[in-house]
Amino acid sequence: MSTTTDTSPTRAGAASGRPRPGGAPPGTGRKPGRRDLAASLPWIGPALLLILGVVLFPAGVMFFNSTRDISMSGVDHGSVGLDNYVEVFTFPYFWPIFVRTIVWVVVVVAATVVISLGLAQILNKAFPGRRIVRLAVIIPWAASVVMTTMVVYYGLEPYFGIINKFLVDIGLVDTPEGYGWTRNPDTAFAWSIVVAVFVSLPFTTYTILAGLSTIPGDVLEAAKMDGAGPVRTYTGVVLPQLRGALSVAVLINIINVFNSLPILKVMTGSIPGYDADTIMTLIFKYIQNQHKVDVASALSVVAFLIVIVIVAVYVKVVKPMQEV
Amino acid sequence: MAVTAPAFETIAPPAASARKRRYTEDQVPIGRVLLRMLAGFIVLAVFILPYTIMFFGSVKTKSQIRSVDPTYLPTEWHWENYITMWSTPETPLPQNLISTIVISVFATVLVLGVAMPAAYYTARFRFPGRYVFLFLVIVTQMLQPAVLTSGLFRQFVSLGLIDTWAAMIFINAAFNLSFAVWIMHSFFAGVPKEIDEAAQIDGAGRLTVLFRIQLPLVWPGIVTAIVFTFVACWNEFAASLVILSTAGNQPLSVALTKFVGQYETSWHYVFGISIVAIIPVVVLFMIIEKRLVGGLTAGSVK
Repeated sequence: MSTTTDTSPTRAGAASGRPRPGGAPPGTGRKPGRRDLAASLPWIGPALLLILGVVLFPAGVMFFNSTRDISMSGVDHGSVGLDNYVEVFTFPYFWPIFVRTIVWVVVVVAATVVISLGLAQILNKAFPGRRIVRLAVIIPWAASVVMTTMVVYYGLEPYFGIINKFLVDIGLVDTPEGYGWTRNPDTAFAWSIVVAVFVSLPFTTYTILAGLSTIPGDVLEAAKMDGAGPVRTYTGVVLPQLRGALSVAVLINIINVFNSLPILKVMTGSIPGYDADTIMTLIFKYIQNQHKVDVASALSVVAFLIVIVIVAVYVKVVKPMQEV
Repeated sequence: MAVTAPAFETIAPPAASARKRRYTEDQVPIGRVLLRMLAGFIVLAVFILPYTIMFFGSVKTKSQIRSVDPTYLPTEWHWENYITMWSTPETPLPQNLISTIVISVFATVLVLGVAMPAAYYTARFRFPGRYVFLFLVIVTQMLQPAVLTSGLFRQFVSLGLIDTWAAMIFINAAFNLSFAVWIMHSFFAGVPKEIDEAAQIDGAGRLTVLFRIQLPLVWPGIVTAIVFTFVACWNEFAASLVILSTAGNQPLSVALTKFVGQYETSWHYVFGISIVAIIPVVVLFMIIEKRLVGGLTAGSVK
């Protein structure tokens, strides 16, 4: 998946979608020992400290808190065993929210990949102005997701929202004041999916573009010689070659979309009830609205395990880290 | 454009003229080029649409933007919104901007200072625990602040750092560290070891090698890591939402959500602020456009 050319110091293989710890030349011929460990600490120590202190330690705190009874003011009243987990799973909206979370991840990631494949085909062809189009595609990637979502939220407002006005003008909505998309949990959730796909497209498209650039020209040439049409070439030659790029893009999208908070927070946050929530927004409702850090921790642990299971299954089945 | 040039050359048949006559090679009829331009134009339009709406909204008056019969374009252009928006009552926006800048800058500096030595050392030397360290880095890449927020919240409460910039600087730095390490690691690993050895024979110490010899060579990788980290910190939302409770401490991403659900949202100000906040990071991203994906995939995941 090398996209860098001669000018870049990256080795071609270094960009092939997976770390290459073995690729680094060894420091010396002898076996590394304790002295080397001590010598390494000034270099890797600070990074290690940051990872342990701000990622792994809070993870431990979260696991611990998920078995505690913590009052709204933050006082720890001792262990409650698995009561917090019982509260999570017996919450009547939990299973609908669980299913909605899966729908959220699957629909957003699938739509993102399909659309990105098309976008990458367009952006991979030569035409005047392509560079400007490519730069435009970056914008939702760099721009704050909160801000992108807010402009859509405003556009969907009844009476004065510009998207509603457009839908009325072209006749898709027949009430003159527009439709209250963001007042209804189902439509607000559907629009959230649209926004989530939109902000996921740039990264996915660019990853596929990088994959396309690694397909050797003679392979396509050979397909053409053999009389394969464009469709046959695409499904038979291009798609299999994109496997590596696609599997990395899908994995990263799964993690990002599952953990996504701002879109649903803005689009559905002011709707009462739990009919547009995912696990991630429910965690924040526990923390912010109900001040139940203990139950939020239990739910976070559940979310954490779900991510790990999804990633593990995915890595096992698709093997994105494997050389293609 | 490093990303696109090889892409084009490998897809197109290797005609002698392919390089010079980019857009009108013999194989592509003009009709097809026009079709591609049309498709490209539609893509362009879709991707800038939300930000165009934002921009037009930012120069409307409050009554214009909340008008029951809205107009697509502003009827009058109220540039003074970009001045008056800073004193809107919903949230102290100047402080929110300062907060965003301080957190992003310090977190980026911290990431750079911590990730660069680690990336250099793991790319150059073998030591016991090297794989454990690299594995830890991958694991943190799978995690995001959102899923750990409740743990982070309790931890920073007990540290007495809750509701401080310092907390968010540490959190942003920690969660962007792994990505920076991977990018820089792959760039450092790409520099021939002989260059180091030659310098060392000439009497250069390890730090001198890193700063004088390596840095100029891996500079593109460093810039990519800096931009990615900075943009991620600039837009961070989930952890800030919980860690920072004082209005003045919050970054713009959190502060802006307070406008939603207001009785009369000042959308024109929301959009003015958004434009101001989006332009610098979009420009940064466009500068490293060539390396966007090479860097990403070199960074394994994310």
